[in-house]
Order: sequence, then structure tokens, then C-alpha cells
Amino acid sequence: MISEFFGSAWDAVRDINRRYKRPHIKMTPAVLFSLGLLRFYLLFLVGLLVWKFFSVLHK
Amino acid sequence: MNFFSRLYYRYKKLWKMISLFMLIAGPGIIVMVADNDAGGITTYTVTGAQYSFHLIWFLILLGPVAYYVQEMTVRLGAVTKRGHAEAIFHSFGAFWGWFSLLDLVLVDWLTMITEFIGMTAALSIFGVPPIVTVIGACIVMGAMVVQGRYWTWEKIALVFCVLNLIYIPAAFMINPPIDKIIHGSFIPHLPPGGFTNDLFFLIMANIGTTIAPWMIFFQQSAVVDKGMQEKDMVWGKIDTAIGSFLTVVVAAFCVILTATLIPGLPISDAATAAHLFMGINKYVGALLAIGLFDAGLLGAICISLASSWAFGEVFGWAHSLNQKVKQAPWFYAYYFFTLVFAGTVVLIPGAPLILITLFVQVIAVTLLPAALVFLIILLNDEETMGKYKNNWHQNFANISIVVLIIIVSTLYGISAVFPNILK
Repeated sequence: MISEFFGSAWDAVRDINRRYKRPHIKMTPAVLFSLGLLRFYLLFLVGLLVWKFFSVLHK
Repeated sequence: MNFFSRLYYRYKKLWKMISLFMLIAGPGIIVMVADNDAGGITTYTVTGAQYSFHLIWFLILLGPVAYYVQEMTVRLGAVTKRGHAEAIFHSFGAFWGWFSLLDLVLVDWLTMITEFIGMTAALSIFGVPPIVTVIGACIVMGAMVVQGRYWTWEKIALVFCVLNLIYIPAAFMINPPIDKIIHGSFIPHLPPGGFTNDLFFLIMANIGTTIAPWMIFFQQSAVVDKGMQEKDMVWGKIDTAIGSFLTVVVAAFCVILTATLIPGLPISDAATAAHLFMGINKYVGALLAIGLFDAGLLGAICISLASSWAFGEVFGWAHSLNQKVKQAPWFYAYYFFTLVFAGTVVLIPGAPLILITLFVQVIAVTLLPAALVFLIILLNDEETMGKYKNNWHQNFANISIVVLIIIVSTLYGISAVFPNILK
């Protein structure tokens, strides 16, 4: 029963990934620039949190 | 006769407009008042206790900021008929979609816990055990949705919104100094002591409580669930404007309460303020506690719905409050799961509640900029929005606000992790 539940959940996720495989918004230079900046921002934040995590561990 | 017939015609026209507004209003007022959740009330009470009436003018400025951001969700929802989660998946693809959805789920779970912390702390002032508060809140929130009508849910939520105004009579009961309030409200100035790190942190906290990621997801989904059309947009905007006015009024009156009764006392949360008030004026203390409970309840109602709607939209489950539990089982199952999960965590002895409260701020800054950037991009997409896309002055205001919020909320999140970075 549990494997059936996870199996159907995985199928649903794959279906969503298939449905939304391609972005539908027009990728103008401004949009590409904004999304690129967003990726950079998130990487910076995650990097900061990882650094904090290890600095707490080493204390 | 002509005069009276014209008067009657005007009266009928006005009444028709008010009736129409009463039908369409709801999502904007609810989301804005719920913005003054347990965390928000805590921030305002601390602001009043630390800086007296000196920052009321700043809180007033935050009203238009909240309006501009939330107004975009009204237009996007009414035009696309999609919730924010679905709109991100559709427009930006699965990567950004999953990022937003999973981040929203995490932020909402953690914020829900903080709402339950606020509710249990508020009712503990009246001697109510936390377990009774948690069970009671879950029953009320469950009863609001199981009847299967959006309209009924919305009207009950609006009653809780009215209860959120309890700080206004409470403030009048303590005879606050009107001249100081007028000076603090309408003349922008810095508090005595100038611009310190503590002041900067509190300003960031106030901005951080004004716009939260769940608000964007909630209002857009509520607009869609309500069935708002493009022609109703103007009423949706008025609804949002009234909501942003109310949120500022509640915030200002919270500040007035603590600034009048406990100026200069270093309190850390609203429940402590309510305890202190009980020793000064028990009625005002009781009103603050009731208001804090109501704020937590309203916040919890909206946050749990924001996630349930988002999951329903993306997974294709039936996800409307107009459907009964049997018709939308997964939607309601997720809603109840969030409630029970958050309530249970609060009841676990020794649960790291302070760490959770801190973590909310950090996780929120990973989602909020993304949600805001997506909002601006979508509102500028002619294919999506047609004639309702942002015009140049909306873009100027919205982009300025979004950039400001991103910078401030990022600094706020970082300073929560690295407390000494701004000292």
C-alpha cells in the first residue's frame, strides 16, 4: 500500500515535470537577466548558510 | 420632484455599488489583516516599547508598499485564472516551479508553528493550557472549511478580521497622548539616539512583516477561487487598498498601546507585553491577548490555505473551498495535515521554538525575492496580461518596492543568522 502511494506520487511528479518541461514565458533579455540574477542570489544565500553551518560545527 | 428623483437614482446607484463591492471584497482585506499575524503583532509591540511613537510615520509608509505588491496578484489572478504556484510552473518551467512550491511549503510550515506559538502564549494569559488552545484552534479552522462554500469561509474570516481591530478600543481606554501620536504619525523623524543598529534591525523587521511570501500565493489563489473576473478588478483593487489601510491602522494602534503603557521596557514578544499590561490595566491586557490569539488564528487560516491551494493547482487536485471534503479530499487532507503538524510541534516539550522562529526569517528570504521577481516578470508579459500589464509608473513603483524589499529582507535574514554582522 505504501509503495503504491509513493509510486503514484512519483508518477504525478513525472507528469508535472513533463507538463511544465518548457517555460511558456517569452525569454526576452530582461527576463533572462532577472532569472540569472535570481540564481546568483540564491546560490549566494545557500553558500552563506552552508558556510554558517560548517563554522558552527567547527566551534 | 426632479431633484428627489435624481437623489433617489443616486442613492440606488450608490447602494448597488456598495452591494457589488460587498460581494467581491474579501481576499484583499483578509490577506492584509492576516499580515498582522502573531509575528507582526510582536514586531509592532516591540517597536512601540523601544521607540515610543517615533516610528508610526514609517509604518504608515508601509501601507502603500503592501498595496502595490498585492494589487499585482489581483490582476494576475483575475486575468490568468491561475494561482501563483501554477503561474510559476506554467511560465518559468518545472525547475522554478518546484523551487517555489517546496520553499513555500517549508516557509508555511515554519510560519504556522510561529502562529501556534502566538496563540498558545496569548491564551496562557487566561490560564488556558496549550493543548486546549491547539485543539480548539484546529476545530475552529476545520469547521470554517468543511461546509464546502467559499462564501461562508470568507465571511467567517472577515469576522476574525474585525476582531483584529480590537487594539483600537484598547488604545482609547488608556488615554494616549494625542499630540505625540500626531507628531509621530505625520512628521517623519528619527527617534532620539539617531540611526543605530537596533533601529535598523527593527525597521527591517517591520518591512519584513509587511510582505510575506505566503501573502502573494494566498491572494492570487483566493482571487481565482472566488471567481473574480477582469471586470471585477477595480473592486479587487479597492478591497486591497482598504486592507492595506486596515493593516497600517492595526500596526499603529499596537505601537500606541506599548508606547503609552510600557515605554522603554525591553520586551521580546507581544505575549510578554500582554502580561505586563495585565498588571497595569487588566482589560487592556486581556484585549491585547485576545488580539494576539486572533492574529495567530487569522495567520494560520491563510497560511495553511495558501499551501493547500498551491499543491492543488500544481498536482491537479480539486482545490476549491466551494467543494466539499469528499469532492476535494487531497486539498483538505493537506490543509488538516498542516494544522495538526504545526499544532503538534508546539506541544512537544523542549521543541526548538526560538530556532524555528529564527529559521522562518532565513527561509523566507530565499522565497520572497523569487516570488516578487516572478510577479514583476509576469505582470510585464504582454501575452499573459494583455492590456492589464504593468504601465510605466506601475513598473517604476513596483520595481523600486521589490528591489527595496529584496535588499532589506536579505539583510534581515542574514542578520538573523549572523547577529553581529551589522554591529
